[in-house]
Amino acid sequence: MTSRDVLFAAVGLITAAAAVLAVTNRKVLHAGLWLVVALGGLAGCYLVLGAELVALVQLLVYVGAVVVLILFALMLTRGGADEVDTAPGHRWLAGAVGAGVTVLLGGTLVAAYGWESREVAGPSSRSIGEQIFGTWVWPFELLSLLLLAALVAAVAVATTGWGRRAER
Amino acid sequence: MSPALPLLLAALLAGIGTYGVLARRHAVLMLIGVELLLAAAGLVLVTVGQLGPDELASGAVLTLFIITIAAAEIVVALAVVMAMYRTRGDVDLTGEASSADLTGEATNIVLPEAADATPSRSVHAGPGSGEGDAR
Repeated sequence: MTSRDVLFAAVGLITAAAAVLAVTNRKVLHAGLWLVVALGGLAGCYLVLGAELVALVQLLVYVGAVVVLILFALMLTRGGADEVDTAPGHRWLAGAVGAGVTVLLGGTLVAAYGWESREVAGPSSRSIGEQIFGTWVWPFELLSLLLLAALVAAVAVATTGWGRRAER
Repeated sequence: MSPALPLLLAALLAGIGTYGVLARRHAVLMLIGVELLLAAAGLVLVTVGQLGPDELASGAVLTLFIITIAAAEIVVALAVVMAMYRTRGDVDLTGEASSADLTGEATNIVLPEAADATPSRSVHAGPGSGEGDAR
């Protein structure tokens, strides 16, 4: 075990524990805040794996923007559901399905890649930038169209019915 | 480093995300499960990209794409949740389906501001529905 493995185990434990709390906490705002910890821990995992650029984008976009949106939505829909979790029987079934997914995915991935240690040799930020604007430039441009469409759709959906109310 | 640890963490995150999607009734909390599933996908991509030969930087680039798509997805999903909260008064995913007609007026409005608006709104129901038919 290298020091990188130990470091990853520590950060990964924090991430997994925070993720569990994010999906089991009964207080809606606390669940959202645990999601911040889980996604921040995932950014730490990316850092340990040597992908600094992805880690920083993860921090900026997820923790900076997505989670803030989720927290605002949680506060705006406070009292939106009497009970945040399903019935206990349903929860046990969901836990069984989740455990099945974990075992199946973990078994497949570990069987495919094995336990033997490998060199961490990812692309540098410079080559990532060159590849984005070289090999991946058309998917990248398509993504900007997707973002624009999502923006317009979000405004259109969120303001449905408001025009009529403003008329009177 | 061994690729098993990150891959196992990704599998764990995917399982936790699946549980979150299946076991939550609050719509926004269900979205947290979806976020964890997407995070698991990103972790697999980064791990494979960093621990293997990757000339096109596909692991990192595709993770950046996933992060962007997740942001777009969450924006639209939260807009739908807010519209649901305004027309139904709750965001409970197991609640009975309320029949909101095409003019956007829900039959069981619980919101106080919406309840206030109902009398004056019914005056405008005619032109409103006509506009809906024109579309």
